[in-house]
Amino acid sequence: MTNPNHTAHEPDFDAVTGQSTTGHSWDGIRELNTPLPRWWLWTFYVTILWSIGYWLVYPAWPLISSHTTGLFGYSSRAAVAVEVQALEQRRDQQAAGLKTASLEEIKASPDMLRVALARGKASFAENCVGCHGQGGTGAPSYPNLTDDDWIWGGALKDIEATIQHGIRWTQNADTRMGEMLAFGRQGMLKKDEIEQVVDFVRSLAKLDTAKGANLAAGKTLYDANCASCHGEAGKGNREVGAPDLTDAIWLYGSSREAMIESVHNGRAGIMPAWASRLDPVTIKALTVYVHSLGGGQ
Amino acid sequence: MTSNAAIPDEDGPLYVSAKKVYPQSVKGRFRRIKWALLAFCLGIYYFLPFVRWDRGPALPDQAVMVDFERRRFYFFFIELWPQEVYYLTGLLILAAIVLFLMNAIAGRIWCGYLCPQTVWTDLFFAVERLIEGDRRDRIKLDSQGWSASKIGLKAAKHFVWLMIAWWTGGAWVLYFSDAPTLVKDLATFQAPFSAYLWIGILTATTYVFAGHMREQVCLYMCPWPRIQAALTDSDALNVTYKFDRGEPRASVKQAAQLKAAGQPAGDCVECKQCIAVCPTGIDIREGTQLGCIQCGLCIDACDDVMGKLGRPTGLIGYDTLKAVEARACSTTPPALRLVRPRTILYAAIIAFVGGAMLYQLATRAFLGMSVVHERTPLFTTLKDGSIRNAYTLRIANKRSEERPVAITLDAPMGTTWEVVGAQQTADWRPIVVIPPDSTLDVRLFVTMPQPQAKGPSQMIQIKAADLSFGENATVKDNFFAP
Ligand code: SF4
Ligand code: SF4
Repeated sequence: MTNPNHTAHEPDFDAVTGQSTTGHSWDGIRELNTPLPRWWLWTFYVTILWSIGYWLVYPAWPLISSHTTGLFGYSSRAAVAVEVQALEQRRDQQAAGLKTASLEEIKASPDMLRVALARGKASFAENCVGCHGQGGTGAPSYPNLTDDDWIWGGALKDIEATIQHGIRWTQNADTRMGEMLAFGRQGMLKKDEIEQVVDFVRSLAKLDTAKGANLAAGKTLYDANCASCHGEAGKGNREVGAPDLTDAIWLYGSSREAMIESVHNGRAGIMPAWASRLDPVTIKALTVYVHSLGGGQ
Repeated sequence: MTSNAAIPDEDGPLYVSAKKVYPQSVKGRFRRIKWALLAFCLGIYYFLPFVRWDRGPALPDQAVMVDFERRRFYFFFIELWPQEVYYLTGLLILAAIVLFLMNAIAGRIWCGYLCPQTVWTDLFFAVERLIEGDRRDRIKLDSQGWSASKIGLKAAKHFVWLMIAWWTGGAWVLYFSDAPTLVKDLATFQAPFSAYLWIGILTATTYVFAGHMREQVCLYMCPWPRIQAALTDSDALNVTYKFDRGEPRASVKQAAQLKAAGQPAGDCVECKQCIAVCPTGIDIREGTQLGCIQCGLCIDACDDVMGKLGRPTGLIGYDTLKAVEARACSTTPPALRLVRPRTILYAAIIAFVGGAMLYQLATRAFLGMSVVHERTPLFTTLKDGSIRNAYTLRIANKRSEERPVAITLDAPMGTTWEVVGAQQTADWRPIVVIPPDSTLDVRLFVTMPQPQAKGPSQMIQIKAADLSFGENATVKDNFFAP
């Protein structure tokens, strides 16, 4: 097949560019034969040679069930493992002081405090935020760790014990135990009695009560059923995890409905014991971190 | 077959391969200035890292150092932190405008005398001349076939070049670490790999740029010749061939004949010395051009020729286009105008930017504080109904001593505050101790009772008062409430 626009001629030299032509001409326009720059070609050849070295040194060729491992047995997975190990070692070195120091000593030393807070923050983000929220802000039924209301105590050793043994975590022998009974469901209080006691409790916390509520009757019911745990003045009891009923903080909400629900069905939130999952240094760091979120006592 | 039509002349090859330039040695005023500047600039470059400057025990005692590890830049009495790199912007602006000003006054002073490309190339030329001889010898040597003596000369030259290049790279890395220690580490192969790598890179660039590419860098790679071409004007001094005096060119004998015949004869004797000494191999007599780095060496060469002929020197010299043109038309050349709108403008910008930088430097604070309000939670309600907000304070101590800083608040009555890990003083101000030359992040809790804690937010002011130097830093932030 011939193209009428195409003519062939002997390859010759083009003075303008200093290159030879291919010998093809289209509509009288001759085609230059510009070779690849030599530096480019050589770089290309060198990369080919280089790749052979690569095959030899690094894992390269797939085999039926494995692959060539390379002369030095390099694997990036192993390299990462080495780095992770080195990092852990460095962390342990930094935290070496935390191992033997008491919680109070850690709080008092700026250096140890810095390490503990950093480590506690990381561990909190990994283990605790699921329930207690980013920054320990909590959620209904999950205590806010930044305030000064502590059901089981907010001193360093109380927080540590809570983290170690958990709350109502029956697998742990030392777990914190305490129970808000289901007064309504178990038939201990009738519906109107529950409302009376709730109104009385609301008056303790200076929350609004139902119109014409019989506070005196509520107090009698409170003294008989609630005071043993929550105290006569409603200040709570950390031994059994009975919250203060006179303050502004309500774990399950401060609405009348939520409180009726609490008295009717009872409450028994659970927190896992972390002693079996985290090492003691991490628990110390977590303790110091939670303590410094704002509410520590 | 198509005919191979003749190609018009102006359509010549688009590609011109580089012609090797063999500059001849020259003596004279500008050569002396260039030697002095070369020694001065290279002296600073090679030895500055070894100059010491005492900053107390906590900080490095190297006068000029970029400390990447600690993120500091030291320059004698100045210490800059990463957030102060804007000084670098200021320096770059100054550098640009100073170049503009130089250009408006006397052309490419930078290119001719100060540019590293020029300085190192000049040094490499000197080495080449010392080993292979002057222009003629070198041309001859290059045209000869390979012989033992040629190989010896070439090897010696490249060896010395590489040594200089290597020392250049070596000096470079010394600016980034304690120089004496690094020298020892380098010699005992204890230095970090990056040090060797950078020495290698700079050895290569110095050797290639100053030894092999030379004027090619100025002609093809550097943007400055293009920019300066747009900046120059007919009032600027430039290295100029005074054609009004040189033309028509004639040898001494021809000139005598022409003069005898009552015809004009210029002073240029067509000896081509100006071309022979030119490091970029151009002919200045074709006028100011991109290839001329204005090194002034052709002035020295021509002055030498004129001196020998007993004619006045300065056939090539620093002159303005206006003056040359005026003389060519036989009018009196105008006086040199150094003060012109553009020089005034450049000088004003330099004064303004330089002044602003000096002011900033002289008045900069050595205590700094920034604040980030805690987002989770924005606020916390406490048992008694009061509201607490948490903040992270980042306090910077730019002095080389440890400094105790008291944190106080400007907030409604009854507000209390507490800093995690702080010691309390008697007057209830929490004190944090900031280590020398560093920043410290501390957490601040601010508690406001009801009813002062008004939602949704109010402004409070946090103040850090340095107890040892009496400096203060204040920041403002919001206090949130429901
Ligand atoms: S050195 Fe002077 S006299 Fe000689 S060619 Fe150049 S301009 Fe003419
Ligand atoms: S022409 Fe003269 S001033 Fe310009 S680069 Fe050559 S020698 Fe230097």
